[in-house]
Amino acid sequence: MSANAQMATKYKNSFLKEVEEQVEMGEWVKMCMQCGVCSGSCPTNFHPGWEHPPQEIFMMIRAGKREEVLTSPSMWMCTSCYNCIVRCPRKLPITHIMHGLANYAHRLGVAPKMQPTRHFAKLFWNNCVHTGRVNELKLSMGLYFKDGFSQGIKNGMAMKDVALGLLKAKRLNPFELFGGHKCKDQNGIHAMLKKARELEEKRKALKAAA
Amino acid sequence: MSAEKKVAAYICKGCGLGDRLDTDALVNVAQKEGKVQLARSHDFLCSAEGIGLIKNDVASEGVTHIMIGACSRRAKTEAFYFPQNAVARANLREGVIWIRPDTEEARETTQEMAEDYIRMGCAEIKAMSAPAGNPNTGSSRALLVVGGGVSGMTAALEASRTGYPVVLVEKSGHLGGWAAKLWKRIPVHEPFKAPADTGVTDLVAQVQADPNIKVYLNATVAKTDGAPGRFEVQIATESGSVASEDIGAIIQATGAEPYDANKLPELGYGKSADVVDQAGLEALARAANGGPMLKPSNGRPVRSVAFVQCAGQRDASGQHLSYCSGYCCNASIKQAMYFKDNNPEIDTTILFTDLRTPGNGEDFYRSAQEKGVVFSKGKVASVSPAGDTLTVNFHDLILDDKEAKLEVDLVVLATGQVPNSGVNIEAQSKPQAEGQEEGGAAEVEAKPISILNLQYRQGPDVPQLKWGFTDSHFICFPYETRRTGIYTVGPVRRPMDLAQAREDATGATLKAIQAIENAHLGRAAHPRSGDLSFPKVRLEGCTQCKRCTVECPFGAIDEDEKRFPMFNESRCRRCGTCMGACPVRVISFENYSVDTVGSQIKAVDIPDEFSEKPRILILACENDAYPALDMAGMKHNEYSAFVRIIPVRCLGSVNTIWITDALNAGYDGVMLMGCKHGENYQCHFVKGSELGRYRLSKIDDTLKNLNLETDRVRDLEVAITDIEHVPAMINQYADRIVEMGMSPFKSF
Repeated sequence: MSANAQMATKYKNSFLKEVEEQVEMGEWVKMCMQCGVCSGSCPTNFHPGWEHPPQEIFMMIRAGKREEVLTSPSMWMCTSCYNCIVRCPRKLPITHIMHGLANYAHRLGVAPKMQPTRHFAKLFWNNCVHTGRVNELKLSMGLYFKDGFSQGIKNGMAMKDVALGLLKAKRLNPFELFGGHKCKDQNGIHAMLKKARELEEKRKALKAAA
Repeated sequence: MSAEKKVAAYICKGCGLGDRLDTDALVNVAQKEGKVQLARSHDFLCSAEGIGLIKNDVASEGVTHIMIGACSRRAKTEAFYFPQNAVARANLREGVIWIRPDTEEARETTQEMAEDYIRMGCAEIKAMSAPAGNPNTGSSRALLVVGGGVSGMTAALEASRTGYPVVLVEKSGHLGGWAAKLWKRIPVHEPFKAPADTGVTDLVAQVQADPNIKVYLNATVAKTDGAPGRFEVQIATESGSVASEDIGAIIQATGAEPYDANKLPELGYGKSADVVDQAGLEALARAANGGPMLKPSNGRPVRSVAFVQCAGQRDASGQHLSYCSGYCCNASIKQAMYFKDNNPEIDTTILFTDLRTPGNGEDFYRSAQEKGVVFSKGKVASVSPAGDTLTVNFHDLILDDKEAKLEVDLVVLATGQVPNSGVNIEAQSKPQAEGQEEGGAAEVEAKPISILNLQYRQGPDVPQLKWGFTDSHFICFPYETRRTGIYTVGPVRRPMDLAQAREDATGATLKAIQAIENAHLGRAAHPRSGDLSFPKVRLEGCTQCKRCTVECPFGAIDEDEKRFPMFNESRCRRCGTCMGACPVRVISFENYSVDTVGSQIKAVDIPDEFSEKPRILILACENDAYPALDMAGMKHNEYSAFVRIIPVRCLGSVNTIWITDALNAGYDGVMLMGCKHGENYQCHFVKGSELGRYRLSKIDDTLKNLNLETDRVRDLEVAITDIEHVPAMINQYADRIVEMGMSPFKSF
C-alpha cells in the first residue's frame, strides 16, 4: 500500500485531522476565519499557476478535499515573502503551512510531478545533500533538461553566451560535471541529516499521539 | 406672580461685545424701540457683580421679565438662571460678533444685526411669562414591569435596590422567560472561552425574596390609564380576578420569540425530527444534562451536527426576516461547544455567510476553533432527510462550489428573534408610503393582542419603528419610547442577547426613575429635561379639528367627552408639535408660543427695497441646528449678516403663520433648519421634523398665491455636526436671494 493510501485510510474522512497531525504547522488551519487578507496580500495572486490562494486551501482542507489539496500546485507557488503572515489577523503562519503542505504532498508522492518549484527543490536538495555542496553546473544542466533532451539542448544554446562569459571569467569549471568538489566531511553531513530526519519522525509521532 | 409686568433689558459688553458693537446704541434701541422699562449695559454681565445687578433690580425695582443681550441662550445658563422670572436672550456673541469679520466695512451690518436681535429679544420677552410648572403631578413612585424574563427581572431588581417599589406582571406561570430554557449562556467574563451558567435561577430567587417586588404570575395588563406618576393599571390574573395598581412609570420587557421555523420547510424543519431550531437544541441539551445529546428521531447519540446561520434571517426575498438578530452566531458557537465539550470526536460544522460575534464573541469564536468546531462560509439551500441522516446542501462561498454537501445527524437552525411588541397602532392608520420599503411578508403581522392596553387616543401600545421593534431614538435616547414614562427594554426594542438585555434593563430603569421624579415635580422629561412649561389650550377657540390629538408624537393628548383635546401634561415632551399643527393657534406655552416667535419676526427692522440689504429669517431647531450655528460661531465661521435666527423647539412646532407673516412683512427668504426625518430620523421628538416638513410642503401653494418664487422658503436638514456646512448653506442661500432679487412685499 502506498504511503498516500495508508494515510487516507488512517484518517478516513477527516482530512483536517490528518493535516493537523501530519503537516508542519497544520494545527493552525482550523484557526483561519476566512477573511481573505492572505489571498489579497499574496504577490503571486492571479498568477496562472496559483489555482487556490491560502484562504481557499484552508477551506478545502476543512471541506475534506484531500486529493485536490495534495495534488494542487498552489502551495508550491509560495515565494516565502511572508506578507500573509505579517497581515493575518489570526496570526496564522501561512507561509510555513504552505511549505508544510507541499512537503507532505511530496512525502506521500502525490505532488504534481513536473511542477517547476518542486522540480527545482528536488534537484537542489539531491545535488546539495550528495556532496555537501551545491554543484552549480549540474544543477543548471538539470534544469535545462527538465522538459526533455532536445529542449535541454535548445535551452543550453540560448544560454551559450552567458556560459562562455562565465568560462572566460573563470567562474565556470566544465570539469565540475565529472564529480565536482566535495565538503570536508561528507559522511558527517549525511549523519547529521539522518539524525534530523529521526528527530522529525519522533516529533510527528508525539504530535499524532497527543 | 405679580400682576405688574416690568421688563428690563441688560446688554453685556464683555467677550469683545463692547469693542465690536455700539452698546449705547443697543441700550437706546431696547428703550426706544423695545420699549422696556429699564435698560442697562454692563462690562461683564455674567460676573457676580453683573448677576447681582439683575438680582437687585428684580428685588428692589420689581423687574419681572429679563432680556439679556449677551451670549447664546445655550451659554452661561447657570449664571443667567432666574427661575422666578421670564428670561429671553439675544444672541450677540455667537450669533453676531463671532460670525462677522472685524472690519470697518462690516461694522454697519454687524451693528444692524445686533440691534435687530435686541428688538427681537424685547419683543419675545413681552410675549412670555415665567412657567409655573404643571400642577397635575403624580404621586405614585411604583414601577410596573411587564414581563418576567431576564430583562424584566433585572429591571425589577435594579429599581427595588434604588428604593422604588415594583409590580412585576408575568404572563406565564413562572419567572425566567426564554433564558430559563437555556442550558448555558454565552460567557460574559474572562476568558470568554466556554459556555457559562445562565444565572436565571439565582435571579428568580432574588426577585422572589425581594419584599419590594410584588409579582403577579399568570397575569396580563388589562388596562393602563393616566400619565407618568399617576398611571392606573389593572392587572387581570388567570383566575379572573382583577387587581388595580397605582404606577409611576412602566417598563415593558416583553422580549421576543424565535422566528417560526415552520416557515422554513426547505431547511427540513417539520420534515425530520432531527432538524431543530436553537430553542430546540437548548431543550435537547437540558435533557442530556451534560451527557451525550441524543437524536430526537431515534434516541441515538449525535455524531455530527450542522448549524445553519441566518435561517429565515437577512432574507432579501421578502419572505422571511430581513434583519440580522445579532446574537445567533454567538449562540450557535455556544451550542457547538455543548457537543465538543462533551465529546471532541463529534463533527460540528457552522455554516455561515458572515459570522458576526459582537461583544467579546471574537474570543469565544477563537475558542470554538481551538476546540475543533469547523466554520464554513456557505449559504444553505436545503436540508433533506436521507435515511437515518440529513443532507445539508449548500453553496460553498469560498470555493464557489454550488453542489457542496454535508452529511449529518442533526441540523440546528439559527432563526433569530421576533419581538413581542403588541398591537402595531400605526399599521391601520398609516397608508403605505410610496417608495418606502416594506419588509414584505416578513413584516411582522400585527398581533391582535395588546400588551399594555393603553387608554390613549392614539392606540393601546407603544409605537413601533420597523419589523415590530418598538420605536426609540436610537442615537440619543435609546431607552425612550414614544410614550413618556413607558420604556421598552430587551429584545422587544431590538434583537439582543442576555448580556445586552441586562444592560438595557438597568439603563431603562434609571430613566424610568427619572420619569417618576420628573412627573412629581411637574417637569418635562428629555430632551427638554426640567422644562416647567406645558401646553395650554384656549378651548373657546378650538374647532375640534383633532390635528393636535392625532399628530402628538407622544400620544399626550386625548379627547374628552365633548371631543375637545385633553392634555396629559406629564406625558408631554414640550416639543410644540401641537402648537405648530393648530390651525386656529389656540395652543401655547408660557415661554414659547405663536406670539413669542411671531412678535420677534415682526420686530426685525426691514430695510427698503433699494437698500441692497435683504433679510432672511432662519427658524432653527434648538436641538441640532441652533447648537451647530453656535458652534460655527465659536469657530468663527463667518456667514451673512442678512440672516435673523430664531430658535424653535422642533420643526414640528413651526406654525405656517410665521412663514406667511415673515413673507408679508417683507423678508426676502425663509430658511427652516431641522433634523433628518424618515427611517433613520434624528429628530429629538421622533416625528416632529417629519410632521413639520409635511405641513411646510404645502407652503408652495401659499407662495404661488402671493406670486412669490418657491425658493423664498427653503427647508434644510441640519445635523449638530454641520458646523462647517451650515455657514456655507446660509451664504449660498443669501447669494440665491440676491439672484432672485428683493421681495416685492417690502413697501407694503
